[in-house]
Amino acid sequence: MCSLALFPPPPAPGDITLYEVNNSLVCGRLHEQLTFQNQLADLPVLSLPKETLKAHSRLEHSTQPAFIHHRESLWKGCLSAWRDVGLCGVLKEIASAEEEGLQWVKTGSRYLLAVCHWLSSLHGSLFPHLSLTSEDMIAAFSQAVDWAGCTIRAFAWHPHTSKFAVALLDDSIRVYNSNSATIPSLKHRLQRNVAAMAWKPLCASILAVACQSCVLVWHLDPTSLSTRPSSGCAQVLSYPGHSPVTSLAWAPSGELLLSASPVNTAMLVWDVSTENCVQLQWFGGGGVTYLAWSPDGSKVLAAAPSAVFRVWEAQMWTCERWPTIKGRCQTGCWSPDGSRLLFTVLGASVIYSLSFSEYRGEMQGQVGGSKTASIVADLSETTFETLYGEERIGGEIHSMVWDPTGERLAVIIRGHADVPESQTVIAVFRTRNSPVFELLPCGFLRGECGAQPQLIAFHPCFKKGALLTVCWSTGKISHIPFFFMSAHVPCTSSSPSPVIASTSVCE
Amino acid sequence: MSVVILVISIFNVEFYAVVPSIPCSRLALIGKIIHPQQVIHSVVHAVMGMLVAWCAAVMTKGKFQFLAVPCTPSESLDDAVPQMCLNEHHLFFLLSGAFMGYSYSLLYLINNMNYLPFPVIQQYKYLRFRRALPLLVKHTCVESLYFVRNFCVAYYFFGYIPKVWISTTMDLRIDSKLHPLDTLTGLLDLSLFYHAWLCGVFLLITWYIAWLLFKIYATETHHFPVQPTFAEETDQCLPKILNSNPPLIIKFLALQDLMLLSQYSPVRRQEVFSLSQPGGHPHNWTAISRECLSLLNDLTQRLIAQQEAAAANGRAKQPAGELKVSPQTPGALVTEDMSFQSQRSNIAPRASMSSLVKSSFMPLKTSPGSDVGSPFSSPALSCKMGILDVNSPWHGSVRSPQVTRRGPKLWTSGSDLQMNGSHHESFPLLSAAGVGSEAVQPRVIYTWLQNKQQQIKNFLSKRVLIMYFFSKHPEASIQAVFSDAQMHIWALEGLSHLVAASFTEDQFGVVQTTLPAILNTLLTLQEVVDRHFKLPHVSSKPPRISGSLVDTSYKTLRFALRASLKTALYRITTVFGEHLNAVQVSTEHKKRLQQFLEYKE
Repeated sequence: MCSLALFPPPPAPGDITLYEVNNSLVCGRLHEQLTFQNQLADLPVLSLPKETLKAHSRLEHSTQPAFIHHRESLWKGCLSAWRDVGLCGVLKEIASAEEEGLQWVKTGSRYLLAVCHWLSSLHGSLFPHLSLTSEDMIAAFSQAVDWAGCTIRAFAWHPHTSKFAVALLDDSIRVYNSNSATIPSLKHRLQRNVAAMAWKPLCASILAVACQSCVLVWHLDPTSLSTRPSSGCAQVLSYPGHSPVTSLAWAPSGELLLSASPVNTAMLVWDVSTENCVQLQWFGGGGVTYLAWSPDGSKVLAAAPSAVFRVWEAQMWTCERWPTIKGRCQTGCWSPDGSRLLFTVLGASVIYSLSFSEYRGEMQGQVGGSKTASIVADLSETTFETLYGEERIGGEIHSMVWDPTGERLAVIIRGHADVPESQTVIAVFRTRNSPVFELLPCGFLRGECGAQPQLIAFHPCFKKGALLTVCWSTGKISHIPFFFMSAHVPCTSSSPSPVIASTSVCE
Repeated sequence: MSVVILVISIFNVEFYAVVPSIPCSRLALIGKIIHPQQVIHSVVHAVMGMLVAWCAAVMTKGKFQFLAVPCTPSESLDDAVPQMCLNEHHLFFLLSGAFMGYSYSLLYLINNMNYLPFPVIQQYKYLRFRRALPLLVKHTCVESLYFVRNFCVAYYFFGYIPKVWISTTMDLRIDSKLHPLDTLTGLLDLSLFYHAWLCGVFLLITWYIAWLLFKIYATETHHFPVQPTFAEETDQCLPKILNSNPPLIIKFLALQDLMLLSQYSPVRRQEVFSLSQPGGHPHNWTAISRECLSLLNDLTQRLIAQQEAAAANGRAKQPAGELKVSPQTPGALVTEDMSFQSQRSNIAPRASMSSLVKSSFMPLKTSPGSDVGSPFSSPALSCKMGILDVNSPWHGSVRSPQVTRRGPKLWTSGSDLQMNGSHHESFPLLSAAGVGSEAVQPRVIYTWLQNKQQQIKNFLSKRVLIMYFFSKHPEASIQAVFSDAQMHIWALEGLSHLVAASFTEDQFGVVQTTLPAILNTLLTLQEVVDRHFKLPHVSSKPPRISGSLVDTSYKTLRFALRASLKTALYRITTVFGEHLNAVQVSTEHKKRLQQFLEYKE
């Protein structure tokens, strides 16, 4: 088992982690980073400070306050309330009616309203997260450390090219491409409180965005020079009772999209091209907060807001239920071959590992998980004695990513909120999956002074090793390469050469 | 009851279809309703509905139980013999059952409920059933409510007819003490309404459950062996079934199985890539790939035909003056050499279509029998045979009724106009060309007849009512073109997954021999589909689908096809990467492939 005590001490304050070479992390000053970044493939290093973003011009989401209040008859009011809010709205409308008479109707609706409130509070006491407002709920379940306060709310690399999307505090999304200078900025009426984004695999430019009320699917033209694609390019996928959406996952084969909401007990499987959806219902757990599809496409992790998570098998869609002891599953990631799942739970500063029998396709409808999860790393608080003083690092794990070669694992460790010295850091592990699973310490990453890591993501196709992209709380996005020779070389030698035989044998 | 369910199930089995039939105009819809088969369907459903209602009436007891009840004794006790009176409540119940049966049958037709939609994801039968159950109950309750309401209205207006008829034939009296039911006060009976609604819910739920179970069982995945283990199983293995012409449902299941095996099962993929034991021929792969490619080529041909029809409509809609300025002026045609060169020059202005022509010819050679659907092939063939070579694209469309009737036309009136135009032109051409007059004579009469026919059609098409019945809904005709696209989607997915897997799993290189053909087909189809979505009247976004019980996924199949086509191409290009540059494809397609490799499509 790996623990933080085995880690090399964190870099000196003021230094910035630049890259990894020869199994050691290299730190340096800011200007060194600038010169170094130029050598790296032309990936944009961005700085998106909070001040430049235009805040909401209006706080209210409806246009109602802009109009003079007009008194309408009770009947009309009820009708519009029914359209807007539903039954509860009608009851409220009747209860607050000023008309004389109808006294018994008013008292009746008041009682009914009270019963409704009581019922909903009962439901809320079973699943406390249901009493949160939708923004608080997104903030609680998002993979970003400080979703509500930071400029960058979500980040997504394109699975095949050097292109990424960044969701910002002002509800816009910018798409950066290393090969082109145009930076499309996506805005939509329904694009509010973005919690997650995902690029469609095996596709040039389709981006799914999890918003407060729906899932938006942007169809961007990669050759277009427009910086402001119209909202007609966006497909709206909404389903009653399925909001806010906090997590999305595309099937690696590119056909299906999964969406999850902490309010809805069902996760939805979307056939995006036809906008059809299938509900995968499982009662218990109260909702789905986080989804992760294994890179080989065989399994899906679905975390719930209560102390349970499930692993679905993606062919016949059956699931295995995993109750956890401490709290809900906060984050998880799959090994590249889909045979191992690492996950963390809230309230425990350890990483668990769960291995699955190798997927063959013959065992239909079986997930094939091992009986128990094992602890592979202990990240509880440790004090490091450095030349510049003591540093205390450790705590709960907020998010975790595994690089596509399966050799590096990056983890955001969140400090305790009540201890001022403890800080949020990124720890990087060296990993090996076969023949035996191994987790070795690599080091801590440090950003600029005062910058806390917000989001991390690995570049999906970096040739010389792995490339970690870190979004910092200052609004800066930096890329940290890890140079190594991957043992996981794709076996092209065994495959037949693509030269075409001039005459076919069979015809 | 069991008899009813049995009969309904038999009808479900008899009427199912994997390809929905979409009526293109209102007349076609009416034609479908009065089709004898549908009439039998409706009548049997009405009878069954009546039977169920009778069962329900007997079960409820009370005032609904018998058709004939003793009359309420009148004040004067003169009649010693109690007379039998008609129980109108019972009659109302029976008729409502029949009405619901008929309405169900009508909705069954209109909503294409005989269409078997295949599920997006595979799930166990029980789970699928459980998932659909709440929706089914809700749908039934609402629909039953509507049916009862409609029936009440119908009974209010026509209720006296069956009442009088029954009472006269069965010699029953009408009780004057009770309220007659075909009045407003009679129909406002809440208990009657509730019972009728409950009976409707009962009836519809049993029928819908039977329908749902049938749907689930029929679309369940079936496992076809790739290689026969015993000699007698040869007919049931996948390549054999794909290449023969089984009932469509079996073909669909086979293609679905192909898609699943290509995606999930390395062992079965290995069987596909294997060589036959004596001889070493890749029979399995050849059979599968050939069938998939011919399916996709068929679709390409059909789309080209449809686009050609649409383009012709567009041109014909321009004022008649512009028609004369088309490339084939009579003067140019007097020249003797009406060989391939002049034809080339005539086609050349339609540069947009030329690439399609080329590419559609290539597969023609490989797949005989598929050449009937293409209007492009007709000028070429007539050229070779030397018949009346007017070598105009217009002329191609003169003879195209046979062709375009097969593929749905867009606007009838539009294509009629276009035909007229072409005939006016073909007269001087024929005389100028100076072909033997004996050959021309029957042709002239024929064209004259056709001309008259067109004039009549034109005359009729100006009348509003007839237009209302004959006009084709553009959306419906587009849906009709793509009605069996599910097959093509599976073929695409199966093929692309197999090709992608072959990069590492194909030991003998059997896939490489067909790789250029596959790429060629896919790219051509991609080009045609792109062009299709640029046509006028073609929306680029699927319509909103409300989550109802009745599946309307056949309406959006074309969007699914477009998406899976692109994904299929990307799947191949992502796996093969730069190696694709070594594959022999035309330069145009090479350019396209390069765009796919750079993720710029």
